[in-house]
Amino acid sequence: MPSPGSSTARESGEPLVTLRGITKSFGAVEVLRGVDLDVHLGKVTALVGDNGAGKSTLIKGMAGIHSFDGGEYRFEGKVVHVHEPKAANALGIEVVYQDLALCNNLDVVHNMFLGREVMRGITLNEDDMESRARKTLDGLAVRTLRSVRQPVSSLSGGQRQTVAIARAALWNSKLVILDEPTAALGVAQTEQVLRLVRQLADNGLAVILISHNLGDVMQVADNIATLYLGQLAAQVQTKDVTRPQVVELITSGRSGDIGLSPSKAEVVA
Amino acid sequence: MTTTTPEHLEGRPEVDGIAGAFREYLNRVRGGELGSLPAVLGLIALVALFTGLEGSTFFSSANFANLLTQGAMVTVIAMGLVFVLLLGEIDLAAGVTAGVCAAVLGKTLTEHGWPLPLGLAACILTGVVIGLVTGVLVARLGIPSFVVTLATFLAFQGAILLIIGDGGTISIRSDFILAIENDNLPPVLGWLLAIAVVGGYGMITGLRRRSRAAAGLVSEAFSVWALKLGVLALLAGLATYFLNEERSRNPEISSIQGVPYIVPLILVLFVGLTFLLSRTNFGRHVYAVGGNVEAARRAGINVKRISIICFVLCSVLAAIAGILFASKDNSVSPTTGGTTTLLLAVGAAVIGGTSLFGGRGRIIDAIIGGLVVAVIANGLPLLTEKAGIQFVVTGLVLLIAASVDALSRRRSLPL
Repeated sequence: MPSPGSSTARESGEPLVTLRGITKSFGAVEVLRGVDLDVHLGKVTALVGDNGAGKSTLIKGMAGIHSFDGGEYRFEGKVVHVHEPKAANALGIEVVYQDLALCNNLDVVHNMFLGREVMRGITLNEDDMESRARKTLDGLAVRTLRSVRQPVSSLSGGQRQTVAIARAALWNSKLVILDEPTAALGVAQTEQVLRLVRQLADNGLAVILISHNLGDVMQVADNIATLYLGQLAAQVQTKDVTRPQVVELITSGRSGDIGLSPSKAEVVA
Repeated sequence: MTTTTPEHLEGRPEVDGIAGAFREYLNRVRGGELGSLPAVLGLIALVALFTGLEGSTFFSSANFANLLTQGAMVTVIAMGLVFVLLLGEIDLAAGVTAGVCAAVLGKTLTEHGWPLPLGLAACILTGVVIGLVTGVLVARLGIPSFVVTLATFLAFQGAILLIIGDGGTISIRSDFILAIENDNLPPVLGWLLAIAVVGGYGMITGLRRRSRAAAGLVSEAFSVWALKLGVLALLAGLATYFLNEERSRNPEISSIQGVPYIVPLILVLFVGLTFLLSRTNFGRHVYAVGGNVEAARRAGINVKRISIICFVLCSVLAAIAGILFASKDNSVSPTTGGTTTLLLAVGAAVIGGTSLFGGRGRIIDAIIGGLVVAVIANGLPLLTEKAGIQFVVTGLVLLIAASVDALSRRRSLPL
């Protein structure tokens, strides 16, 4: 009978992030019950699972918004303890939240550098920030922004998402975590954002994509990690599974010979 | 993936001369970014109206100088309110704060005979303390600023009475303080000031163009830059010329001419505060807090610290306005900074284009709006004796400005 560990997809090279046996409880509620996860540089890892499976809790723990109760969190091979967002940023972890967290009244450059402005003495170094913002957007092949000096209020939903993602890529980051980046977008804009997600990974970053849209996941992810009631059901290569199998993993924790063992699935069911 | 030149660099140059800049501006206005446009148009319309109806009295160099000194207090308080309004907060006590600080100034200088620098320091320090208390109550305890400052608005009126005591008024005898609102620069210095303003603007904006071009960024077209500089030179020249005219009725007895001292004072405040808001990371964070407080917090900005500093700045500027009140009235009384002062100051900021919803506003708004308010206050009494009509008209103007603010906000936020 395969254990969750043995069904985990093996990639070449050391993973950027390794989670082993991560647990987290809120009061009496066990939200994470021993989660394992591998995230590799240059790959898009989709994190899927039904509501309440623990996706948000897992990424918030990785981003330092709250800390894990138990288990091992390794970043670049070293055990790390991330207790606050700044510590995660210092490691090179950036999170793009669902509600974007952009300031509508500021322009694209100001938003990308918000809280981490480049200074020249006591004044803002606008030229340097604008050049670097442009370079980052160009590096991501973003062609949808007319000017980096327009306020975010004048941008479409897809463009805003683009700015939020580009901001995450600006900081020599190694891991970008995206929480439902296409949830509120139309078809064409979803396409734009997915291309950007792919571009991030192709530029060598590790990407974790949380999504409920399996179409998006199958299209852009290299591997898929399915959470089922606070446990990792399976982490599989996208090319090795079909969409119905992923749906089965999400809803029952197993599909054929991949996923949680029947006994474990029953225990939690 | 190859890195090609993106379309925004090659396809459509952002700025192509005056026509292009004008098109960009029109687009921004259509998008709801009106800035000071309604206020400038209103100012031109009001000046034209009053000149047409009461030209000989209204459009005179004497009245122009009056207008500047009358509007100075409201303008300086409005500059402080811009910081608080940018956060989406309000300081209803800014007017009476000016009164309290003026009372402290009068008490220390006239009654206790303190030297001038100490009296001024006490006045400003009072402003700092008031701002700190207000800011801490709002930011740390989380009491709505509306409630905190409504309470201090009442309390400070009592404080002024207590400080001034039974006498009713404290007269101001310091020549320095009296000169601020009542004396003028010698005409030669007035011209030098105009040259310094135009030259300074030209140099700063010119250097910025050069550094942007050197960094390979799109910079303002030379024609646009030259046009702006030309308009500024024309305005500064005209204003200086008018103010340097003799405006005394009996020039043989006492000559009154020159740019009022209040003008360079306002200019220094304008340049300093604009620098703070637009060129430093503190200013950037003020806009961020006003635009999206959650985004600011997640970006690691200390929201509480920013809020408290804004309230302190607002009260310190009110203290400076208090010095101007003392100078203008030659005395401090229980009504100093009271009655309609605060409403006119909020009106000035909002008319100038600062949003009541936070996140949008500039220091220049306070000056342009302050001029509009001053022109109304100065011109209306020429048309009608009735105080009732004057209150109603001023109230309507504020209401119109708030409507423009609300409508343009709806326009610029499609969500």
